[in-house]
Order: sequence, then C-alpha cells, then structure tokens
Amino acid sequence: MMASSYNAKEEDGHHSGASSHGGAGAVKSKKPDNTAFKQQRLPAWQPILTAGTVLPAFFVIGLIFIPIGIGLFVSSNNIKEFEIDYTGVGESSPCHSCAKNFSWNSTTPCLCSVDFTLEQPFESNVFMYYGLSNFYQNHRRYVKSRDDSQLNGDRSALTSPSKECEPYRTSEGLPIAPCGAIANSLFNDTLELYHIDANGTSNSIPLVKKGIAWWTDKHVKFRNPGGNGNLTVAFQGTNKPVNWRRPVYELDPSDSENNGFINEDFIVWMRTAALPTFRKLYRIIQKKPSSTPTLPSGKYVLNITYNYPVLSFDGRKRMILSTISWMGGKNPFLGIAYITVGSICFFLGVVLLIIHHKYDTRNNSADIPN
Amino acid sequence: PIMTMCPLYVEKERHVKANAWDYNAKFCYADNHIKTSKYNIFTFLPINLFEQFQRVANGYFLVLLILQLIPEISSLSWFTTIVPLVLVLLVTAVKDATDDYFRHKSDQQVNNRQSQVLIRGSLQNEKWMNVRVGDIIKLENNQFVAADILLLCSSEPYGLCYIETAELDGETNLKVRQALTVTSDLGDITKLMNFDGEVICEPPNNKLDKFTGTLYWRDNKYPLDNDNMLLRGCVLRNTEWCFGMVIFAGLQTKLMQNCGRTTFKRTSIDKLMNTLVLWIFAFLICMGVVLAIGNTVWESWIGRNFQVFLPWDESQRSAVFSGFLAFWSYIIILNTVVPISLYVSVEVLRLGHSYFINWDRKMYHSQTDTAAEARTTTLNEELGQVEFIFSDKTGTLTQNIMVFRKCSIDGRTYGDVYNEFDQKVEITEKTACVDFSFNPLCDRRFRFYDSTLVEAIKLEDPAVQEFFRLLALCHTVMPEEKSEGHLVYQAQSPDEGALVNAARNFGFVFRARTPETITLCEMGQAVTYQLLAILDFNNVRKRMSVIVRNPQGQIKLYSKGADTVIFDRLDPSSEDLMYTTSEHLSEFAGEGLRTLALAYKDLDEDDFEIWMKKLLFASTVIENREDQLGALYEEIEQGLKLLGATAIEDKLQEGVAETIACLNLADIKIWVLTGDKLETAMNIGYSCNMLRDDMNEVFVVSGHTLQEVQQQLSIFFFDKACLISNFSVLRSAKEHILGLSRVGSAGDVEKTDMFLHDSVFEETIIAEYALVINGHSLAHALEPLLEHILLDVACLCKTVICCRVTPMQKAQVVELVKRHKRAITLAIGDGANDVSMIKTAHIGVGISGQEGTQAVLASDYSFAQFRYLQRLLLVHGRWSYFRMCNFLCYFFYKNFAFTLVHFWYGFFCGFSAQTVYDQWFITLFNIVYTSLPVLAMGLFDQDVDDRTSLRYPGLYKPGQQNLLFNKRLFFLCTLQGMGTSFLLFFIPYGAFSVMVKEDQQAFAVTIATSLVIVVSVQIGLDKHYWTAVNHLFIWGSVTVYFAILFAMQSNGMFGILPSNFPFVGTARSCLSEQSVWLVILLTTVVCVVPGLAVSFLRVDLFPTLTDKVRHLQQSRKREGPQGQNLRRVRRTSSRRSAYAFSHQQGYGELITSGKNMRASAVSSAHSPGRTPHSSNWIENMLKRKNEVSCISDESGDRAKNRLPSSSTEPELH
Repeated sequence: MMASSYNAKEEDGHHSGASSHGGAGAVKSKKPDNTAFKQQRLPAWQPILTAGTVLPAFFVIGLIFIPIGIGLFVSSNNIKEFEIDYTGVGESSPCHSCAKNFSWNSTTPCLCSVDFTLEQPFESNVFMYYGLSNFYQNHRRYVKSRDDSQLNGDRSALTSPSKECEPYRTSEGLPIAPCGAIANSLFNDTLELYHIDANGTSNSIPLVKKGIAWWTDKHVKFRNPGGNGNLTVAFQGTNKPVNWRRPVYELDPSDSENNGFINEDFIVWMRTAALPTFRKLYRIIQKKPSSTPTLPSGKYVLNITYNYPVLSFDGRKRMILSTISWMGGKNPFLGIAYITVGSICFFLGVVLLIIHHKYDTRNNSADIPN
Repeated sequence: PIMTMCPLYVEKERHVKANAWDYNAKFCYADNHIKTSKYNIFTFLPINLFEQFQRVANGYFLVLLILQLIPEISSLSWFTTIVPLVLVLLVTAVKDATDDYFRHKSDQQVNNRQSQVLIRGSLQNEKWMNVRVGDIIKLENNQFVAADILLLCSSEPYGLCYIETAELDGETNLKVRQALTVTSDLGDITKLMNFDGEVICEPPNNKLDKFTGTLYWRDNKYPLDNDNMLLRGCVLRNTEWCFGMVIFAGLQTKLMQNCGRTTFKRTSIDKLMNTLVLWIFAFLICMGVVLAIGNTVWESWIGRNFQVFLPWDESQRSAVFSGFLAFWSYIIILNTVVPISLYVSVEVLRLGHSYFINWDRKMYHSQTDTAAEARTTTLNEELGQVEFIFSDKTGTLTQNIMVFRKCSIDGRTYGDVYNEFDQKVEITEKTACVDFSFNPLCDRRFRFYDSTLVEAIKLEDPAVQEFFRLLALCHTVMPEEKSEGHLVYQAQSPDEGALVNAARNFGFVFRARTPETITLCEMGQAVTYQLLAILDFNNVRKRMSVIVRNPQGQIKLYSKGADTVIFDRLDPSSEDLMYTTSEHLSEFAGEGLRTLALAYKDLDEDDFEIWMKKLLFASTVIENREDQLGALYEEIEQGLKLLGATAIEDKLQEGVAETIACLNLADIKIWVLTGDKLETAMNIGYSCNMLRDDMNEVFVVSGHTLQEVQQQLSIFFFDKACLISNFSVLRSAKEHILGLSRVGSAGDVEKTDMFLHDSVFEETIIAEYALVINGHSLAHALEPLLEHILLDVACLCKTVICCRVTPMQKAQVVELVKRHKRAITLAIGDGANDVSMIKTAHIGVGISGQEGTQAVLASDYSFAQFRYLQRLLLVHGRWSYFRMCNFLCYFFYKNFAFTLVHFWYGFFCGFSAQTVYDQWFITLFNIVYTSLPVLAMGLFDQDVDDRTSLRYPGLYKPGQQNLLFNKRLFFLCTLQGMGTSFLLFFIPYGAFSVMVKEDQQAFAVTIATSLVIVVSVQIGLDKHYWTAVNHLFIWGSVTVYFAILFAMQSNGMFGILPSNFPFVGTARSCLSEQSVWLVILLTTVVCVVPGLAVSFLRVDLFPTLTDKVRHLQQSRKREGPQGQNLRRVRRTSSRRSAYAFSHQQGYGELITSGKNMRASAVSSAHSPGRTPHSSNWIENMLKRKNEVSCISDESGDRAKNRLPSSSTEPELH
C-alpha cells in the first residue's frame, strides 16, 4: 500500500512505512548488484579505426605479402612438370585406335605407347600422376555412392551394402564389394615409363606404387574384412563391381599385401576429387642414390594399357610427371595472387594516406553539438 | 453441492440472490478464481509445441526436415536441420514454461488472499477464489475489494463508505459510495443472514463508471447505480468495515473485463526482418531455379554421356525431372541463408538486454526499493527509435504531492531563506528547517525553511493570524483524530490538504468539524467557530468561501481563489496591497508554484440575515438553482479585503525538467496527455520547461464545436506554415484551408487565400510553438475530418499538451500518431487511466512504486521515476538498437558468406547439389562455431559508454531515422557476404585446381577453415568493445572449431560410426601442408581488406556523430579525466498560475448536510483549553530534541520523497 499525495494522507502511510522500515533489515533490497558485468562496465579494449591503425596495417600486409608471393612464385617456377595427353582424340595420336575401338567386353587389353622428350632433367623424387578432365567425381550422386562401413571391413556391410550404392549395390544376386559408382569406375589404365637412352635401348623406369595413399586412409579408413587373412575367403559371397575385370582381392597380383580394400590405387581413386578436372597420384619415381637425376633429359616412351573409356563423355586422360617443393606441386596461382594482393594493399595504403591527409580537417571533434 | 448443467448462453441479465447459493448456482456465473496462466503440466507439451509450430520460421524448418527425409532430394543429412530445430524448440519451451510458472504463482497469490465471507451464520475466512456470486462479504479498512460487490451497509453513518480507485482509474482522491437506505442498517450478522434480496442487473461489461440494476427485497424495488457498487481493485479507506454482496466475480468483474487482451507487440525491426526473410526466400528460390536450370542443361549435355560411370537413377526419367529434384535439393542446402538460429539469437539478445535494464543500478529508486523492470523482453531495440513520447502528468511528471512552499502576507513574502549576506540561499536537503516544536499538534514531516514566518506567528501579527485562520477554516477537509493529537486530514484535492496542513503547523490546527461548527486549536487555544455557509468551489467560480461566526460573535467571510477572481472582488482599500501581492504572485509563478489569493470580509449581522434568507429560498428552488445560488454567492463575495497569497509547489518528480530537455535534444517529441485542467497542465508545462516564455506562441485550442476547432487549427497552421515556408507543408496547409471553406465562412477563405499568395517566400524563421488543446476540442479534432490538420499542427509545435482528456482519448491520440507518422511511440503513465494509452503505444512504460499497479501491469517497462526514461531510451534503448542492428548486419553477412559457396560450387559439380562442406560443419557452423562471438557482440558491444550517450543526446537520432539497419544496409551486408563467399570459393579453387591435394575433403576443410577465420576476423573488426567475454568467445570459437574438426575427423569417431564420419584424417593431412595455410591466409586477407578500407574511408571522410564522439572519448581517455561541464536546466517563467483545486464540485454540500459526520465526532467536539500536550512539557522537550534538524532518521520513509528536487543528478553529467 503506497499512499502518496498530500500530508494528511501521509500520516496513514507513515505507520506502515515505519513498520516496514523496522523490518527492512530482514527484507532483501531489490537494488541490483554493483558488478561490472551487470552495470555493463566490464573493462574493455575499444579500438577505433584511425589512420594511425589502419594505414600501417595496409603497409604491413603489403610488405609481408609481396615477399611471400615472390618466394612462392620462384619455387613454383623451379618445379619441373611434364604433362602429356594420351586420350587419343586426334587421328594421329597413338592411342586413337584404342580409344575408338573400346569395348567393355573385350578380353584382350588394347596397348598403345606415346613417345615424349624431357627437355630438362628431373631431380629428386618425381611424382607420376594420371589426370582426368570433364570427369565429375564431385557429382553428388557419384560422391555418395559408396559404403564407408563396407570399405572399413564391416562384415554385415560387406554382405548387404548401403542403399547409397545403388545401382551398383548387387550384381547377379550377390552384393558387390566394393559397392557403388566410385568403386565401379576405378581408373584401370596401366602406365609404364621407359627411358630411351642415347644408344636407343629402352630402360624400364621403376615405379613405386606404395606410399601414394594417405596414411589414415590406408590404415584407418580402409580395411579388409577379416583382417589380413585369406582375402579370397573373406570376399566369398560377394561379386566384383560390374566394370571390373578382376575381383578386389586380385587387384595387385604382384603384391599380396596390396590387395582388397587396402589397394593403394583403389584408395587414391576412392578419395574423390573436388573439381571435374583433377589429377591423382599414380606412382612415385624415387630419387636414385647416385647424383644422376631421377629422370635425365631425353627421350621416353609411355606404354599404356588402354582400359578406361573417356571419349564417350568428352573426357581427357593425361599423364603428368612432376617434382615437388615445400609448397606442393607446381602452382603459379598462389605466388601471383600473393604478389597482386600485396601490391594492391600497399597501393591502397598510399591512396588512403593521401586521401586522409587531404581531408584530415574533417574529422575534427570540435563540431560536435553539445 | 448439486452439479447443475450449465447452459451455454449469452447472459442478457444477471440475477443474483443474496445468501442463496443454490439459486445462483443455476446460472453458472464465473467464480472469483483468476487464471492468467496458459498451461498446466499435462497440457504444456502439446499446446506449447502447437504454438511454436504456428510460427512461420519453425514451420518452415519442419518442412525442410521433411524434405530432407526424401532420399532423392536429400542433399544434407537429417541431423543438419533437426539438431538446431530441437535446440530452438527446447530453448523456447523452457522460456515459455518459466513465464507461465510466474503467472501461476501470481495467480495463486491473488487467489489465496483472504476475505471474510458470511457462511451459515458466521463470518469465516475464505480464499478469494472461493468467493461466489451472491455471497455476503465483509471488508475492512485498507483492504482490497475482492470482487464487484453491492454495498449493503458500513460502519459510517448513512451507509457511506470511502474508496480509493487508483487501480481502476488512476485518481487518487477518495470517492464516496453509499448503501441503499433500506440496507444501511443491516449492520449485524443475523440481519445480514436473513437478507434475501435479489439483484437483477446488467450482464458483465467493462464500463467502470456505469452500473444499472434493481434490488428486489421485501416486495419492493430499489434502483441501483454505480454509487452503490464497490468494484474489484478498489481499496476501502477511512471506513472501519462494510458489508457487501458479490455481484460479479473473478473474470467477470469490471476490472478484469477492462484488462483486455494484451496485443502482441512487435518491433519495427521484427517487421523489417520478416520482410527481409521473405526477400531472402525469394532470392533462395531464384538461386534454386538458376541451379535447377543449370542441372537440367548439365544433365542433358554432359550427364547423359557420363552415364558410363554415373547412370541415372530409376526415378530420374529425364533431365528436366532431374532439374526439378535439384531445385529442392538446393533449397535444402541453401536454406542456411536464413538459419533458424537467427530467431533464437535475436530472442536471446533481447532477453539479455532486458536483464541489463533490470540490473541497472542507475534506474533503481532506493526510496521505494524498486528497480527498473523490462516486463516485455521483445521490444528493447525499439527503445532506441522512439520519436514520440506521450506522458501522463499526475504521478508521472509530478509526484502528486503538494507542498506549502511560500506565502505573501500583508505585502511581505515568506518562504525564502537568506544567508548572513542577505543573499537568497537555494533550499537543499541540508537546509535547516523551522522548528515547529512549539506546536504539539504539528505534522512532523512538514518542512518550512523561513523562520521569520514562525516569528511573526509568535509575535501574534494579526494579519498573519488571520491568514492562517482562513486557511484553517475555508476548506472542505474532513479531519480524523485516531488518537489524541494524531490528526489525519481527508481532503478532496492535495492542494487543499497541503494548505490546511500548513495552517496546522503554524498553530492554527483544524481539529474537528460538525455540520454547524468548525473547531480550531489556535496557538494551543481551542476555538469553535460557527459555520454559517459554505460557498462551494466550482470551475466557473474558481473560488470558495465560508461564512463563520467567531466566538466573539462577529460574522466573517473567508474566501480563497484564483488571484484574478479574488482581485476583481477586492475592496478599494486593498488596492496597494493588491499591487504588492500581485508582484509576489508573479514571482511565485516564476518559480512554478501554484498560487491562491486569500481574502476576507467582515459581515454585518443584518445584511447577512437577509442574504441568508435569500440563500435558503434559492436552495429550495428547483429550476435554475445553480444559477441563482451563483448569483447570490457573487453578491456577498464583494468588497473583500486582501490577506495575501499562498504558493504551493506541485512537486515535480526529480529531474523531470532535465530529462525533458535532454529528450528534446535527442529529437524526441514529448506530448503531455492529462486528465487535469488546462491551467494545471499549462502550469506544469511551464515548470518542467516544456512551455517557456521565449516561445513564439503558445497556441490554445478550446473550441466547443467542430467548426470552431477547425478554424482555430487551420488558421494557426496556415500562419506557421507560411513562416516555415516549406512547400509541402504549405500545400497541405492550403488543402486544409480549402477544406475549411466547406465548413467555415467564405470571408475567411478569401483572407487566407490572399495570405497564401503573399507570404510564400517569406524568410524562414526557426520558431518555437506550443499547442495546448482541451479535451472537448480534442474530441472534435480527432474526427477523421480534422485529424490530419491536428497532426500537422501538433508536429509544427515543439510542445503539445492535451488536457482534460479521457483515457480513451489518450489512446486515440497515440493511435493517430502511430497511424500517420510511421514513428515509434512511447507512452508513459502511472495510473489505470493510462492503461489504454500504454497498450496502444508501441512501447508502454509504467511508473511503479505509486499507488496503482494497473499501469505497471499493462506496461512493457516499468520504473519508479520519470527521469529514468532518459537512461532507458538514450542508454539502453540506444545500445539495444545499435547492438541488434550490428548483430543483424553481421548475421546476414555471415550466412551469405557461408551458404553461397554452395552456389558457386554448383557450377563445378554438375549442379548436383553437392555440398562444399562436411555435413557436421554445416550442422555446427551456426550453432557452435559462430554463435557465441556474435551473441557476445550483440550483448556487450558499446560504441560509446553510457555517460557519453547521455551527454550527447544527438547520438540517439540515427535510431529514429532507421540508419543502422535498413534495406540498403541489408543489401550491403548481403553483398559483402556474397563477395566473401565468392572469394572463399574461388581463391581455394584457383589454388586447388593445379595443386596436388585436390581432393574434395581437403577442399572442404580449407574453405571451412578460411570461412571460420574470415568471419571471426570480420566480427573482430565490427566490434567496438572488446571485453574479456568477447575475447574468450572469439578465440574460444576458433579453438573449438579446430578441436571439433580434429575430433570429428579422428580415428576414434570413425571407428564408432564409419559412415557418419567419412572425413577421417583429412584435417590432419590437409592442415599440415604449408600451402593450405597460405591459401587460408590469402583468402582471409582478400576477404577482409576491402571492407576494412571502405569502413576506414567512411569514418575518415564522412564521420557520423558517433564516430566523432568515439574519437573524442578516446582522446579524452588518453588525456585523463577532465572537468565535465554540467548541463542544468533553469526554469525561466514568469507566468501566473491559476486556481488549482480539484476539478470536481466540492464536498461542501456533503459537509453542511452532516451526512459524512460520524456520530461520535458530532457529539464530542473538543472542549477548549484542554489539549493535554500543552501541559506535558517533558514530552515536548523530547519531541523538540528529535526535530532540531529536519534530516531525521526517516530515510526509509517516503517523506524523503518530498525533499526539494534541486538535488543534483549524477546521471546527467
């Protein structure tokens, strides 16, 4: 009861007021706490955009980016890269007949060989890639058409693969292992490289097929069902993917450790590319212990077992040889981008500095109306 | 109890029989149980979920969820939608549940109040909720009335009882209710038991001042009206007890019927947001269509051939159908442009802002122990956009406390305090006040600072004595002496109470009255005057007089009234005195005091006899009685001798003038809407600096007819419009004038037409006008024909005061502005008469701590003092608006940057709705990785601190102009977001298209990491105020991102659910490459630098006031604290105030009829000379000791409220 108004009435309220005053000690006051948080007085850093903070930032960015860009550009230029298209589109290209006469049912592989010349020697480890263009490994239906449980060696997934694998889930009434469109479209050309030395003899260049997959993929993500026991038994009751010539446990006849789901070529293929033009690591040509370059300059022959059709969807197949540096493969984009951005920042800094000096008087606090 | 089936019918007439439960039960009237809660434990889940899914946003997300369950189009896993949706539903449900819990509690508290009900022959305590229609209940003094009851009898004579209706209509003066004569002697239980009257009356309605019914009892009919009713919400005063019969209970009471449904208020940002969300949907659909067409084209050109490796689904019959599916798939992935978390975050922010309001110590009023309260948590940012404030006067601007401040007696002023150098001293809390200990009957809380007046009293100066005698005699106050010497005055208006109380303190104590006598205790001597006549107050007379015969046998007329009225009736001998007094009056008025002139006259016995006879005759006449009486009064109130004048302060609440000045500087227009009289309202207008002498014109509209009002408005508007010479205004002026010609006279039009041609190019004058409009004029002005011109005129004026307005009109005025001005309105008030206005305005503010709680209950914000309004608006409102706008800008930016990457990617993945990111990233981005930093920004960011925002009210203006978030800014934000998404995609694309690690997962991790870093850097740049919390949240979010990234892609998680965590090992191998980090760095810089450059240029070249003030604030901080210039507002007014009595007819008639006298009081008028206190000197000594200083230990007491308002205000500086 809060009497207010004039004095006479106050009398009335006085008593209640006095009594409540007596009990005030017990009654908790509603006064809010005086904490910095509740009073919104938290200590704070209040940066504001001034010429003194922004302009140096621009110059600093410029000064840092330009050297990085130059470094990147130089190291990218030092990387040697050789690329050859062996799709066989043109009449004159050696693989033309293989490409044209491709048939899924042919039992004899079509062979063709491409000659090429390396102008410069390739030092240290050389990476051999195959590249595909216009190949939509990143299409949603393609990407999801796999069963990671199955690839991880899950027994139940092996016998009943995920629905995502449709239409490559079963064939002839048996579950497909590995199921799905990705596995089904495994790149299966075989590439061999020969060096033609000065006297015309061709020497096979040893291509290492191990160590091309990510460690986690090889050891965690992909596992054979039933561990490393007898793969033939493990994969019993499953069928090979429709397009495959051999079942998954016979992918690498030369190395029994490299079979089944942990076949490295298979793993590399299963890691889908982000863009429709991509390259995948195929083999590594290891540096020789002697001081001779890994791939000396000269003539080479690339022997191809042509199994993989791409012409039907206007695709291209390439073979790429490349050295790498600390920043990865050859990539002029990053270096140029860094140099450009650094220069623009620096230039912007100069422009802003000029503008700021020309119109400096405007930012004067004197004209604040009080 | 007999269970009766209650028919569902519309009640046309109510039949209630006293003490007849079975009879009344037939009708199934509502019981007195009140329920405002919405749910109970069992209905909570279904009802709450139903309500939640009625919201468009929730429904939309439900649809999305269903879409995702269709495998053909599901481009995202089901958990990306369901996790946020469940979280949102849960948060909202918890909030609703807590709200409802508090409603349950308050319902319970009200329902469990005790009342005494007559049951089976005895009074029994019952809970309020168990009181039924037809019950007879007993009420005691100071109790709330439990239901709408018919007054049967009371402790007072004639069945009178007094009630205070503050909760109902906001008026604080007492009102009289009277029982029917037949029932007024029912005052004992057995009689009441046997009472079996039946009331037939109107059905429940919400008209507070009307009631029609009939009581049938003992074969007689008695008409009932509102005077017989006590309504729920009233408080019984000065009446020991009364009995009543319940007519309406619970929800059918007039109070509850009046509550109305609170309309759900939405802020303008809310509305804008809804529009924007619709636009975004449209944009979303456009993107979907583009991508769907792309999909169709791609499938028919490339996909058809690519079937070697990717055959079409069985469901996919054609490229067109594939495009159709792609459309839906894209709708699903792109839906994150409007993330569900937006709505939740906005709610959380508003809740946080509300808590900051509740926690603000500077809006806490210690005297009443009330803190500010944000009762609605959804309107905060609108507080930063207010353009119009509609304020009640009494109790809002003023304290409704009248204080006797000064007087002028016989040409001398009293009341000012001078120091030893004869300089006027400003009265503060510390000024020593006069010691009234000589007077045992004094009111201890009365304060007066000028000791000369007491000295004059003690010297028995006859003029001074006569002055106070007049004050003690000439009034209609009722005294109540509960114990010896403990007087309580019941006055009809606070002014009167203050004057009588002043006389009491100066030794002329009004002690008792009977219909024929008035007993005073004059300087310790009891003197009884014979009361011969009361010439009562009314609005026309503006004065009241009493005619008394003193113990010496002389007949005297004492008169008090408005100065002009009294001065007109003075005896020529008082002329000199009149001039001096007149000067004093101007001086008083200049200080904003309400003045009255006092005069007396000695009457000749014979003349009086003759006059009295005429009076008696006139009072029996039926026709024209009022006029005849008025003429008679006029006849005798002539030739008065001036005594002096009083000056009463209608105390403004603390800091009102400063607050109004400050809000004016912030371009907020304040309109005062009051039920008070024109004079009082204008007086307050002057004293709180809304009206000033230096204003060009104070324009008063007081026409009685439509034409008059229209003419007044149009001519004023035309004049002013010419001066302002603004063409658009002029055009509308011309229209109004032409409109006038239809109604008004032809001559006027010609004249104004002439004006129109002549004065168009008159030079621009910045003029200040004020508009004062009367209630009855307002009624006409609010009609559709005139409302436009009213609004135009009102907007030309700096100050608008509407007086004598009804609650309904208050709401209409607010509605008018709301409808036509597209401005945010705020209504502030304290009484139930302000409820309609508070509910109508965009924002309603209730002043709490006063008597009624109705206004507070209807309000969105409540606090104890008007002055807190400036902090609420300029600090909290401004901050809320600023924060909300920044939040929204950033939020839209962030989500566009996040989502549109999918759009760009669509062109490289065959428009197949393949997502760029990991599913988990999409799920968590909005609710985990980026939610806390933006929330912290929305909660804690401050561009300038609270003191600065109060110092520079101009900082408030951007809010009114919607500058911080509008459609243009939305476009800029989304554009920036799109730009960022473009760069976020194409820089990694450029880098990856030739890089070794071009697999999709590494690409996803790179873009996601860049995105998280870019948006974190961007929020760092957008933020103005980095507290520890902000640091924690920003750095923490980035850390959490990496932690979750590695955790999700760890061997362990993969081992548990291989198919849900396909990204195993990506982060490890990808982020260990330097080149990836170089890409991230490049992306971050490229995304952030353009924005930085643009905002730097803006601040540097076109700084807003905020930028300048920030700059100043920082340089000042560097220099250390300086002396701050104080802004004080001084009242400068020399305006005369007028008679300021209650606007009702006085109680004179009631007094002379003796109706309201208690039997005991009549018989025992105090005998002279026997005031026991005068002899008890020890007691006196003790009292004196306690009262030497006025700064007593009453600090907890409300009395402190009445200390002078001149104390400084720390918030202002």
